[in-house]
Amino acid sequence: MKIQQLREHLCETYPELCPLFSIEFGDGVLLVECDQLYKAASDLKALGFDRLGMLTAVDRGETFEMVYRLTSRSMSAAIFLKCHVPREAPRTQSLVALWPAALWQERETYDMFGIEFEGHPDLRRILLPEDWVGFPLRKDYSDDRIVRRPDYI
Amino acid sequence: MALVDDIGASLDRSAGGIILTSLDAVIDWARGRSLWAMPMGTACCAMELIAASFSKFDFDRHGTFPRPDPRHTDVMVVAGTITRKMAPAVKRLYEQMADPKWVIAMGNCAVSGGIFYYDTYSVVRGVDEFLPVDVYIAGCPPRPEALQDAVLQLREMIKTESIAHGARRQRQLLLPTLGDVSFGERPGSGEGERG
Repeated sequence: MKIQQLREHLCETYPELCPLFSIEFGDGVLLVECDQLYKAASDLKALGFDRLGMLTAVDRGETFEMVYRLTSRSMSAAIFLKCHVPREAPRTQSLVALWPAALWQERETYDMFGIEFEGHPDLRRILLPEDWVGFPLRKDYSDDRIVRRPDYI
Repeated sequence: MALVDDIGASLDRSAGGIILTSLDAVIDWARGRSLWAMPMGTACCAMELIAASFSKFDFDRHGTFPRPDPRHTDVMVVAGTITRKMAPAVKRLYEQMADPKWVIAMGNCAVSGGIFYYDTYSVVRGVDEFLPVDVYIAGCPPRPEALQDAVLQLREMIKTESIAHGARRQRQLLLPTLGDVSFGERPGSGEGERG
């Protein structure tokens, strides 16, 4: 399914999602408010995007950008679902109830970025040691063991 | 090992000389030619380590082949990136090996952290932060021939050891000075033996 067809299909079926649709780097992106995330994800799942390929976060400075890649086996299509979480209160909705695949990936996102997922049944660190302090993939993370790269390299 | 050391100490006190040097030669010959390896492969270097064991490079002709149990082995080949979460496990495996034991740091990651030296929160900058490394192999990853050369270098090093003063103390001269090990004192070693 071409991206324009996907957009038309989406606008026919769920008109309220249509204004949120954009095209970035050749991919369809739905940017929603974070309190609408679960609703949008379940709508997309009902539409046929039945697989959560991956989820992660991006540190954009003031906000964290949550990124979910949903794929549809019936339509052979993929779409990105995004929302912006404020840095001061990094909380968003968990999609575990929709896709159990989100269990560990949300734990990893919590581990690396410190984003808390409301409704996650077992939100604790997954990769780093349990006594780790801080969230290392944040841009402002630092500890006394990191050696900074000098300018001349 | 303790028995061999006792024999060495008593020979050193009493007769010394010809008997001791001949015994050293035999023991070092035996140790250097049956270096069973503890394959501590954690990253891409492990592929070269595996390749070295198989028929094209045939590590077995040097008397070195991988064993899955640290208690069977003489030399730990640290092949790959060691993260700070993995380091206590590596340290524990090293402690489970019976004396005498040696360590080969294979590849840039095990030598110094390699490409993960800068701006990394998770990687140990070289296994010599917590293990007494005997031979370093540079490369990313090194060829199996380099690993074979490291074993031959280690064999040359073992030739200089004597049971008279204990193998570990003799080897101290050949090792770089290590910093404080934050994982606690190694069991079975003398106090401050490695500085």
